[in-house]
Amino acid sequence: MQKQEFTITVYTENQVGLLNRIAIIFSRRKINIESLNTSPSEIDGVHRFTIVIDEFEELVRKICRQIEKQVGVLKAYYNNNDEIVWQELALYKVPTDVIAEQVKVERLLSQHGAKAVVIRKDYTVFEVAGQRAETDALIKVLEPYGLIEFVRSARVAIIKESEGFHKKLTEFEYREPSEAVDENEYLDKNEEVFTM
Amino acid sequence: MAVLEAKSEIKIQQAEMRSVSGSQAVMEALIAEGVKTIFGYPGGAIMPIYDALFDYPSQLQHILVRHEQGAIHAAQGFARASGKTGVVFATSGPGATNLVTGLADAMIDSTPVVCITGQVFAHLLGTDAFQETDVINITTPVTKWNHQVTDASEIPSALAKAFYIAGSGRPGPVVIDITKNAQLQLFEYEGYKKCEHIRSYRPKPEIRKEYIQEAAKLINEAERPFVIFGQGVILGNAEKEFKAFIEKSGLPAAWTIMGMSAIPTDHPLAVGMLGMHGNYGPNVLTNECDVLIAVGMRFDDRVTGRLDKYAKQAKIVHLDIDPSEIDKNVKTTVPVWGDCKETLPMLTALLEQKQHAAWINRFGEFMNKEKEKCIDAELTPASDIMTMGEVIKTLNELTGGEAIIVTDVGQHQMVACRYAKYKNSRSNITSGGLGTMGYALPAAIGAAFGDPSRTTVAIIGDGGFQMTIQELGTIMQYKPDVKLLILNNNFLGMVRQWQQLFHEKRYSFVDIQSPDFVQVAKGYGIPGRSISDRADLRDALNELLTSKGSQLLEVMVGKENNVFPMVPQGRGVAEIVLSKEEI
Repeated sequence: MQKQEFTITVYTENQVGLLNRIAIIFSRRKINIESLNTSPSEIDGVHRFTIVIDEFEELVRKICRQIEKQVGVLKAYYNNNDEIVWQELALYKVPTDVIAEQVKVERLLSQHGAKAVVIRKDYTVFEVAGQRAETDALIKVLEPYGLIEFVRSARVAIIKESEGFHKKLTEFEYREPSEAVDENEYLDKNEEVFTM
Repeated sequence: MAVLEAKSEIKIQQAEMRSVSGSQAVMEALIAEGVKTIFGYPGGAIMPIYDALFDYPSQLQHILVRHEQGAIHAAQGFARASGKTGVVFATSGPGATNLVTGLADAMIDSTPVVCITGQVFAHLLGTDAFQETDVINITTPVTKWNHQVTDASEIPSALAKAFYIAGSGRPGPVVIDITKNAQLQLFEYEGYKKCEHIRSYRPKPEIRKEYIQEAAKLINEAERPFVIFGQGVILGNAEKEFKAFIEKSGLPAAWTIMGMSAIPTDHPLAVGMLGMHGNYGPNVLTNECDVLIAVGMRFDDRVTGRLDKYAKQAKIVHLDIDPSEIDKNVKTTVPVWGDCKETLPMLTALLEQKQHAAWINRFGEFMNKEKEKCIDAELTPASDIMTMGEVIKTLNELTGGEAIIVTDVGQHQMVACRYAKYKNSRSNITSGGLGTMGYALPAAIGAAFGDPSRTTVAIIGDGGFQMTIQELGTIMQYKPDVKLLILNNNFLGMVRQWQQLFHEKRYSFVDIQSPDFVQVAKGYGIPGRSISDRADLRDALNELLTSKGSQLLEVMVGKENNVFPMVPQGRGVAEIVLSKEEI
């Protein structure tokens, strides 16, 4: 098994202190969080964390269970990159005169899907929404033309298979949150277990 | 806090709306939760709560300890002996930080404790005010839940949630930090409503019937099944269910240090203790069983030794209330999620009536070998110098296994846990997971308040006793009946043992000097005696146990005795050694 990028999606109450409770589950195992985003979810009052780490799947599963155990956490999911749709937003600040003078730059920007957000006399700010490789590529392109500032947001991700959280929340409100069917690998291969 | 409301079917007590202070609301909450004993220490930021407490002398007994660490260990001892949630009061800043060791201990040993700490006025938060510490962030990693209250109206719901979380599911410590303005503030009190449900908290996972069936099938087909159990059996009040379970299929059962006393030590299916200083058979045969059934235990490294040499041949059934424990350290074949009070009877119902006489005999064979190589020399030593083991053996004879035994941490702890006899559950109180020296004295005080009907014996080493020795003052003032048994080897014995075995006898800072413990106790009004002669042992122990009130007995034992058997660190359980020559 190899380390790979996993996106952890955590549904929580919107409470002070939960960010710390979740963050220390990673830091106590000395795992670096590559990206962290907190935002509202599809449900009013329910918060959504999107956390990206590079780890072994087995460890990611343990971490998710330890996250889910925290009071205030409704549910934690983990997915590899094939199972999600994800984007990051990048902003680039470039001198306006360079763009005005060189038509080439403008062409490059449009090739990368960049959109001007602010145009001033001294500088212009472009935005690109995309995946890491795409936003990184544009840095390389703009560097020779005097890229003044660059910033990129954390990843936001949608789980392809998810049906959203409404139904689950309704369940949780009326009884104790139940363990989602998390099949045991041995039980999935019953014959192998019992032919000792 | 909207989450705290709603959904509960409980009717609000029809108390008429009245204006009360936040501090009064704290008292009302404690009384509603059935709290009778509080361990604490006052200070500036918690003064309004102490002022309110002054009005409840007949309902709430407050034990003034000598240090906040003493308060929380006492609350832990109280909880472990009684099964109820322990309650602690401490002030802000140093008062709260002094709780941290006890919180960490309660967290790792799943002990239900609710700590109420005072905090500076809300408008001063974050300004480095006098005795201000960020208690919530300091305690986050060592609490099951914590919460800061800055408005009095939140107090009833926050405390209801605190008691619910601390005591339900896998228990643990909770801190409620209340700012001074909230303690003073008057608000319209609508009565106290117990918390019974939180939508984002799962005390116990749903039981999966198919897993129970698979587990039963594995156990029924097993030729060499082996049950290992931890404190989950005690915390779940599932002692009866557990006994029925092992008895139906004649399953040999060994305990972790935390599971000890869940079944009587002389039960015919009890085969001893697991772990680094556990018994020979249970360790070696872990690697020979074909089905290993773990009940309410968490495969701590002191139990498993090297994981890649742990029970590799066995199919593993793991019963636990905490899903994050499943597969954490040892990969499970069949996970049985749920409260063992519910899952054990379901499993027992599917078991076949069986005996595994030949298999159980193997444990006996190993026990004979262990007796010959370790136990006999410890319990009936040839030399004049006393051993810790013979003290425990004589204690067993005098208590008949009926006493609560509280131990500290180190050699005496291992010896006590190896040789003490228990008839009743909740009788072994020790710092298992954290290994907190200084735990025993305050925990024994708490245990004596938690269950005054039983004799409480605190067995403590000369090192650990000096870590919380100030709590003798608490005994002096409140007179809990605690029998103090100091096993003095004039060394920090366990570290010395490791230095002898693994560091070429370089005894680096383990030769601890002690005061005259008898004189110290006398200063606190506690009678004491010190013995070094075997001839005095039985008589002195008898005097200790039959004395009215607390008494101290110091027994001078061999300086360089070692605890064996031992699974040296980094080795597998089957590589357990019986003497230092084998290391």
